[in-house]
Amino acid sequence: MAKVLVFIDTPGAALKKSSLELLTIARSLGEPVVAFNGELQDDVAAGLGAYGAAELYVPAAADLNDYLIGPKAAFLAAAAETSGATVVLAENSAEGKEIAARLGIKLGAGVITDVVAVDPDGTAHKSVLAGSYTTTAKATTPVAVLTVKSNSVEPEQAAAATAPQPVTVELPADATAGAARVTARNEKAASGRPELSEARIVVAGGRGMDGNFGPVEDLADALGAAVGASRAATDAGWIGHDAQIGQTGKTVSPQLYISAGISGAIQQKAGMQTAKVIVAVNKDAESPVFEIADFGIVGDLFQVLPQATEEIKKRRAGH
Amino acid sequence: MKIIVLVKHVPDAQFDRHLSGGDNTTDRSESILSELDEYALEAALQLIEARGGEAAGNKVIALSMGPAGAVNAVKKSLQIGATEGVHLSDDALAGSDAAATSLALAAAIRHLGTDVPADLVLTGMASTDGETSLVPAQLAERLGLPQVTFASSLELDGGKLTARRDGDSHADTVEATLPALVSVTDQINEPRYPNFKGIMAAKKKTITTLSLADIGVDASSVGLAGSWTAVETAEVRPPRTAGTIITDEGDAGIQLVEFLAAQKLL
Repeated sequence: MAKVLVFIDTPGAALKKSSLELLTIARSLGEPVVAFNGELQDDVAAGLGAYGAAELYVPAAADLNDYLIGPKAAFLAAAAETSGATVVLAENSAEGKEIAARLGIKLGAGVITDVVAVDPDGTAHKSVLAGSYTTTAKATTPVAVLTVKSNSVEPEQAAAATAPQPVTVELPADATAGAARVTARNEKAASGRPELSEARIVVAGGRGMDGNFGPVEDLADALGAAVGASRAATDAGWIGHDAQIGQTGKTVSPQLYISAGISGAIQQKAGMQTAKVIVAVNKDAESPVFEIADFGIVGDLFQVLPQATEEIKKRRAGH
Repeated sequence: MKIIVLVKHVPDAQFDRHLSGGDNTTDRSESILSELDEYALEAALQLIEARGGEAAGNKVIALSMGPAGAVNAVKKSLQIGATEGVHLSDDALAGSDAAATSLALAAAIRHLGTDVPADLVLTGMASTDGETSLVPAQLAERLGLPQVTFASSLELDGGKLTARRDGDSHADTVEATLPALVSVTDQINEPRYPNFKGIMAAKKKTITTLSLADIGVDASSVGLAGSWTAVETAEVRPPRTAGTIITDEGDAGIQLVEFLAAQKLL
């Protein structure tokens, strides 16, 4: 059976849902094997086994995180060559895509990003031009490199657990030479909210927030959602640039997208178009966002959002 | 100092964009200089201006690969302030994926560095059409340059480059030595607009057109033939239709929650 190599980068104490999704997809394509960077903690090792990882490759060098991209791509290339994998799966984060990019050149392999589904024959499904087309694409090379968006499949454990033993992979001598070095790392304060690109629900605010993101944040917290923003809102400095969705920010495709005070100009629509359900709140009945909303409210978001937040809390308390 | 800035002629994101033809390549009518490339151009101009500008022998070369119309991205870059323009154009390039694009651009960059190698290759964080972000990393790999991508700040001190890179959970300070490849985000600066003086000055600047033969690239290694990925099918996503629209009469928040409950989203 063909081997499918999943790259799992520095998970810490537990595997992320996106990694479990990659392992689940890998099993549908062949035999899952893992290239693992970072300290392998017991729970993570058990998780890799539960999801059926048949082999586990770890880098001979422990300092890959001290450099940008290049050395990780070199490790992954070495793991791909050692394992003989014909498909490599990585997450669709900015860093995941860049590692995939360099890996593609090293292996002479076609790279497809923003993948949302993979057929057993390797055909990848994605959407392009800001969600206006759905396409299928295939690598024409012997090895394919795919980066897969979060929330693409429900993670499922393997029928039979495995107990893969780590195999050390040597890196080329020049793997770190000429790579940009990370000289300082500032961890950002954890918000306690899910990460925007992985969230099942996103509550996003725009120009209509008028400098006050409180109602959006409160509703997001009541729903266990991530907070997003239009470019107008991040450019105004009302919320961090990390929250920006759309053309120059993050692409999201959650189950539910609640848009508040966003008019729905074409680039903003692009950011929400692939959500399963769209709710829009805007005081301007002519806003284009109402053309694509499954449920639209013409009204004052400073009334509607807090009322919804209270109602959710009330219902939760009643259970 | 010699800086090569990659600029791309892309369909204007203000309008609906389309795929065309049997190859499902992007329809490039109504195209403009990619907005995200203006940040790279501005970063380059600031770096040379801090070093005495063109008078002190500094150069910013705007390089665009694409069909005839792509020369407009180069012209706009010259109006904004680039000192020279280069248009890599060859029919065989049509339909190139990221791997083929990076192969051709790497060859063009080597060609432009034959006499004096470039100190920096600057790009935007992504194109606003393909949006894969693959090309900067693939260029760094092909050229063997240190890669500093998604830079939200950039400083040069002699041959050393320092940049800030923002991730989801952390912000890194990174260092590299020149020559290097840097992609910049839309947070790095406020791009300038071309002014009248710039528009007039651009008319006197040279635009060099390069073909694949000029840069020593075989036609079979680029375009659809040389790409490592192929789009097999493309379907227009059915347009979303409006659902229920209500006007708030005091209970819209509660109706919203009822809608979410009915959709099993609570």
